[in-house]
Amino acid sequence: MESTIIKSRNFNASFGSNHVVKNVNIDIPRNHIIAVMGPSGCGKTTYLRCINRMHELIPGATSSGEMDLNGEDVYQMHPIFVRLKIGMVFQRPNPFPNLSIYDNVIAGYKLNGIKLPKAERDRIVEQSLTKVALWKEVKDSLNKKGSFLSGGQQQRLCIARTVAMEPEVILFDEPTSALDPISTSTVEELFHELKANYTLIIVTHNMQQAARVSDKTAFFFLGELVEYDETKIMFTNPKDNRTQNYITGRFS
Amino acid sequence: MDTSSVENGMITRSDLPLRVINSSPEAVAKAKKRARLSFRQIRTENIFNKTLILMGLIMVILVVGIFLTLVVQSLPSIKALGPKYLWGKVWDPVQDIYGAWPFLLGTLLSSFLALIISIPFSISVAIFLGEYHPAGWLPNLLKNAVELIAAVPSVIFGFWGLAVLVPIVRTFESHIGVAPVGVGIFSSSLILAIMIIPYAASLGRSMINLVPSHLKEAAYGLGATRWEVIRSVVLPYTKSGLFAGILLSLGRALGETMAVTMVIGNTSLIPKNIFAPGNTMASVIANEFTEADKPVYLSALIELGLVLFLVTVVINMIGKKIIDRFTND
Amino acid sequence: MNIDSVKFRLGKNRGFQILIYVLAFACVVPLLAILLFIIKAGITKINWHFLVNIPKPVGETGGGIANALVGSIIIILVASVIAIPIGILAGVYLSENRKSKLAYWTRLSTDILQGVPSIVIGIVAYFWLVKPLRGFSALSGSVALAIMMLPIVVRSTEETLKLLPPSLKEAALALGMPFHRVIFKVVIPVGIGGILSGVMLSIARITGETAPLLFTAFGNPYLSFKLTKPMQSLPLLIFNYATSPYNDWHDLAWGASLILLVWVIFLNIFTKIITRKWKVQL
Repeated sequence: MESTIIKSRNFNASFGSNHVVKNVNIDIPRNHIIAVMGPSGCGKTTYLRCINRMHELIPGATSSGEMDLNGEDVYQMHPIFVRLKIGMVFQRPNPFPNLSIYDNVIAGYKLNGIKLPKAERDRIVEQSLTKVALWKEVKDSLNKKGSFLSGGQQQRLCIARTVAMEPEVILFDEPTSALDPISTSTVEELFHELKANYTLIIVTHNMQQAARVSDKTAFFFLGELVEYDETKIMFTNPKDNRTQNYITGRFS
Repeated sequence: MDTSSVENGMITRSDLPLRVINSSPEAVAKAKKRARLSFRQIRTENIFNKTLILMGLIMVILVVGIFLTLVVQSLPSIKALGPKYLWGKVWDPVQDIYGAWPFLLGTLLSSFLALIISIPFSISVAIFLGEYHPAGWLPNLLKNAVELIAAVPSVIFGFWGLAVLVPIVRTFESHIGVAPVGVGIFSSSLILAIMIIPYAASLGRSMINLVPSHLKEAAYGLGATRWEVIRSVVLPYTKSGLFAGILLSLGRALGETMAVTMVIGNTSLIPKNIFAPGNTMASVIANEFTEADKPVYLSALIELGLVLFLVTVVINMIGKKIIDRFTND
Repeated sequence: MNIDSVKFRLGKNRGFQILIYVLAFACVVPLLAILLFIIKAGITKINWHFLVNIPKPVGETGGGIANALVGSIIIILVASVIAIPIGILAGVYLSENRKSKLAYWTRLSTDILQGVPSIVIGIVAYFWLVKPLRGFSALSGSVALAIMMLPIVVRSTEETLKLLPPSLKEAALALGMPFHRVIFKVVIPVGIGGILSGVMLSIARITGETAPLLFTAFGNPYLSFKLTKPMQSLPLLIFNYATSPYNDWHDLAWGASLILLVWVIFLNIFTKIITRKWKVQL
């Protein structure tokens, strides 16, 4: 029996007078990979950023409606708690330039002022880096700066940093759009590994990627959630015309 | 707050920030500890946000406070002397006669003379660094040297002026047949001219850098020489920016105190010509503030400070506005 | 086209180029003259005795500037302690709240403060501290100098933080970091080069300031460590001794000028090195 972890009801988001997310209703099941796709400007990234309340950081941004995590509205919680439970990985790898690889992984603890014994820290670093398949590559250079890694490695470092906080949900905002094909496939393999412990929501503009990695797919168009279904059904037998047009490449 | 329910190894209460993978008592205790830490951080965050606003406010309060202090302390003089204080030609504290005109005139004369002397040099530096040689070791040296002029303390300019420049001016004065005193408006203008070169030069250089190259190329394409491009494209394009740089230099010159005080001669008589000794608003304050023994005397000096404050604020604001408009276009 | 007219135009071009070169490099002449003269006049006066002794009364030879050195350091340190935290936090406020009403007024105030003549700051500090405390004091001098430091620190902090990519802050916030930790642990450390160079620049600027100290720190011929009492500083000593009629005192002032000049130039070079070395790397 799959349980719902994220639930939106009548969710809207705007930048000033620009209404970018319109009346979204969605139920996201635990330990699944959800792909969110749609043409650029369709509100998919904005919706994603609403889930862990990053949207409100932009001046003039507003939102309304219900966004539940485990049945509790995240907009009733303090954003700090929300973001501890719902991690986020960004479009461009953004390791902290002033921190070493080691410190980048435990940045969430270190910079939050959570003191851990050395053994515990070492364990978290090794475990998180192993989960993102980066441990073997960097275990001898943990004290080097994160910016010394390649783009794909940096992105996996950012995932490790998020995983280290043990969130329940991880949001990915076009996580591979700045990466080369090989790094992209490494990151995609990673998604399947992470599914066992986390719920992944991945915004992508790449339909093949959505088809390859996700269990369910949501299609956004002009701020509306047009269709949300099992990925297989979505790509073989879409119900809505607009989805049909999009996956057959009739928009652009 | 600490009453949290644990279901399926998951702490569902929103006040516990981290997931507990197993529901062992230690794990729950650890999660609670983290929750408490997070609550403390939220409190700190609120205090921090208020502190930031307070710091922003402090800057506003400082400026308003400076203005109000000057106004309040000038009130005795404003009440006693009225507006004619500004054009009163005699300043004689012993007789209780206070007229600010000698200082206004001294300030205007020395500042504008300094400006006229310095403009050709500062604009040349700006053109040299902005147009002829934007990079290279020699231009770099010149750029650093000009910036260094701004770094030299004004008291050192004053001391050097007193020891080196004043004797030279004195010789010059005896040659052209005016009273060879050396100290005076002219000497202070020379010192000021040197001191204000960097302000117009560095601003002018960055303005010249902003000239779009397609405009210059259009002129070169018509067979213009470099000088013709500078005169008919670069200078017209940057003229408001250069003007702003000159305004900011003027603001500096008006408020400059120490170097002027040391070489201007410090007399409260109206200067008869540019070689005569005089006083500026800033220098008379520096000289007489601690000696002012009567309330109206002190207040009259502060009123000079108020005038100086208002004039420099207006000049700087105009300069700033021009620069903002120029860089936004 | 007429060959002669082209020749004339080329000649004019050449002439103006030479004129610009000459005028531009003429600016270096007074600077060199000042530097060389101060070095020549000051270098012979400086020795150990000069640095560790206080000035002798008129008529006695020898004496040093220890009181001014100590005073300058104390006054600048106290000014920095006041101005640096306020300035950095106000800069953070401006870069975090670009559009708010208060930010507009704060920015305007900072611009105004930057242009206020230093002598005016001296007057105001006199009424804020000297009069209420009934006496000239090093503390009032420090406050006056702190007011002069503030706009430079605020502006350089704001400009530096504005250049940081938003992704940096988002990365930290997405990890559930509270805002103050994002600022202190991520934003400020990454931008520390630019912030520090602003701080150094502001210290370099106030090191040579005399006018705000005339009616506040006032000067003191003796060595003093008390913040509530008048205190000597290098620029004050130079001003007082340079305008005195005694040659011995002039000598003292030349030595002090050289030390002040070296100090200020060193601070400026140091600032440049910081700016270059610690450029934000992303």
